[in-house]
Amino acid sequence: MTTAVFLIPLLPFLGFALTIFFGRRMPGNVGAAPAIATASISSVLSFATLFYVISGRAVDVSYPWFATGDYLVSIGVTADPLGALMLVVVSVVGLLVEIYSVGYMHGDTRFSRYFAYISLFVFSMYGLVLANSFFLLFIFWELVGICSYLLIGFWFEKKSAADAGKKAFITNRVGDFGFLIGVLMLASAAGTFQFKEVFHAAGSGQFTPAFLTVATIFLFGGAIGKSAQFPLHVWLPDAMEGPTPISALIHAATMVAAGVYMVARCFPLFSASPEASLVVATIGGITAIMAATIACTQFDIKRVLAYSTLSQLGYMMLGLGCGGYVAGMFHLMTHAFFKALLFLAAGSVIHAIHEQDIRQMGGLSKYMKVTSLTFLAACLAIAGVPPFSGFWSKDEILVAVRQSGNTTLYVLAVAGAALTAFYMFRLYFIVFAGGEKKKAHESPAVMSVPLAVLGVLAVCAGWVGLPWMKTNIVSFLTGSQAHGAVGAAVQAVHGATAQLQAHAGAAAQGVAGAVGEGAHAAHHGPDYAVMATSLLVVGAGILLAYATYMKGWVSREAFSKRLPLLYKLLYNKYYVDEIYQALIIGPLVKLTRGLSGFDLAVIDGAVNGTASVTVILSRAKRWFDLYVIDGLVNGVAWLTQLFGRVGRRVQSGYVQQYALMILIGFGAILIVKFLR
Amino acid sequence: MTPLSQYLALGAVVFVIGLFGVLTRRNAIGILISIEIMLGAVNLNLVAFSRFVETSTLNGQVFSVFVMTVAAGEAAVGLALILALYKSIKAVFADKFNILRW
Repeated sequence: MTTAVFLIPLLPFLGFALTIFFGRRMPGNVGAAPAIATASISSVLSFATLFYVISGRAVDVSYPWFATGDYLVSIGVTADPLGALMLVVVSVVGLLVEIYSVGYMHGDTRFSRYFAYISLFVFSMYGLVLANSFFLLFIFWELVGICSYLLIGFWFEKKSAADAGKKAFITNRVGDFGFLIGVLMLASAAGTFQFKEVFHAAGSGQFTPAFLTVATIFLFGGAIGKSAQFPLHVWLPDAMEGPTPISALIHAATMVAAGVYMVARCFPLFSASPEASLVVATIGGITAIMAATIACTQFDIKRVLAYSTLSQLGYMMLGLGCGGYVAGMFHLMTHAFFKALLFLAAGSVIHAIHEQDIRQMGGLSKYMKVTSLTFLAACLAIAGVPPFSGFWSKDEILVAVRQSGNTTLYVLAVAGAALTAFYMFRLYFIVFAGGEKKKAHESPAVMSVPLAVLGVLAVCAGWVGLPWMKTNIVSFLTGSQAHGAVGAAVQAVHGATAQLQAHAGAAAQGVAGAVGEGAHAAHHGPDYAVMATSLLVVGAGILLAYATYMKGWVSREAFSKRLPLLYKLLYNKYYVDEIYQALIIGPLVKLTRGLSGFDLAVIDGAVNGTASVTVILSRAKRWFDLYVIDGLVNGVAWLTQLFGRVGRRVQSGYVQQYALMILIGFGAILIVKFLR
Repeated sequence: MTPLSQYLALGAVVFVIGLFGVLTRRNAIGILISIEIMLGAVNLNLVAFSRFVETSTLNGQVFSVFVMTVAAGEAAVGLALILALYKSIKAVFADKFNILRW
């Protein structure tokens, strides 16, 4: 089984390598073959792993990789219930998106490269899910980031797409920085990167509560970036510039799921720190309600879906932060299926009419039976209408929030649920119902079949978590806490939370209580009050959408007319982008301009000044050399020559002259001698 | 008996005659002969001083014998040089021998 688990990520990597190196030689749709083939095998293996884990066993192996100082870094995989669930989600959505892409990307000039990237993306996500140490998690975390960059900016000829890719990458860097700090804090305090040992250290009270809170909040910083939580949510709506199947993949199973998965994986750490949990829940709640309100006012079909993703991710974080470990993961799973479906259906619509503005759409259900039906199913699921999948998972989250005792968050969550129902059905009624505006055609089978499969999943996936069942996803995931990587720590965590309960405030008490609840929710059965509330608000939301966009009882402009300021605020997405532009990007650009000016004027000036001074000095030295030193040398030579020219006259060669000179000399000596 | 001063005077006259010859003769052989004359004057001086000043020894006379020997050798070498020069320059005049000039 270990081999199989190792093969799950390695096969898509093989597909990536094959496609990236030989893709250009593959004609037509063959370029997709390695990716889809490897993804299929991995999917089968993922299901095998899931059944293996359901049977009560788990895979957890590590092989030493290298040692630096006191740290032994190992390569290892862990397949516990949490990981196995994610594996299945990733493999199903990934495979269906790849099949759908064959139709959607047909005829693209970089067809094979697209599939290479998508294979790499799936590989990274598998790796992230299976990683059993923070070290590996971080590697795959970054790989996921780079893949999303490559795919969002896939049509990089378009400036907006290239910018969106950069925005996604840079925004993620901000979060990843926090994540890295968190990982290093924990690793340096625990002396190891292994999940199991870090969690154990956290559970046995090896860290001070303050340290744990700070470290986990830093960890959560990474999740804020990856899962596009407020305030780093700005990249996700822009990521719509990528091909639509990529949006589906990013929004459903890979990129944004990574953050939620990471928080779930590190749940023992988060649950050991009530303050960090409160931060997670608050951020999640803010994101959920903020994105939901924005989604009500947008007109781009993909942007509405993007904001709904933000909102749903907020829900997951809210659930996790309130101790709803199972609730968050359950919602992640159902959301993956219905959100992938929504995006693929939207892609099908865009493919058919080449238009993304919903004001240009209408009455499409007549032409696109499969698309509209599956879209409706997904709408019902995300809105939370029983028995569709979203109802059950959202219900779990609401129960978790309610049990945490934080009324504000509970109100936010319920309001978010109402808004979700409203904007999803606004979208459905505008696009598929009403008068037709454009002729359309149904997409080819290669696209509609994945839609149908996801449609079935969107309806049924929630049934694994029916609260009336004794063995459901709750018992599966909480059972995981007895073994597996999350494992041993949780027992200790319970001890820690009990201690905390003794002296922490009301909020802490609530959260800690919810941790206990989360673990034992299976025995509690359904919470009918929450169900009724949720049904009531969802019904109200759908009704409002129906009255406004289907029947016209309420004017569509009623909101924008009555509350123009609020509408403008929502329509412009709370001006977050503008605020970033004004507060961070603008000053940063100004600062860099200033620095570049400084560079040009001062640094370059100094360098160039030094150069010119050197040149001038060298010229002077050259002059000195040429005229003084050379002059001296030549002068000496000249003088010597001069004396030579004069003195050589004496050397006449005549013997008698020499003799005469001797005589004169002798005479002179005599004269000197005797005259003295 | 002839006094020393007359010997010295004669020696000086002969020496100056030789010197004049050395300085003025064009013919190299003439110069060589003039040098012999000067050496003769020197010999005369040596013998005179030996006879009148240092009578106890014969140093001066012995020295003059040495001078004559050296003069003979010098004449032989000088003549040989003159012959060699004549072979190459075809002349024996001192004012033609300026190949050692600058």
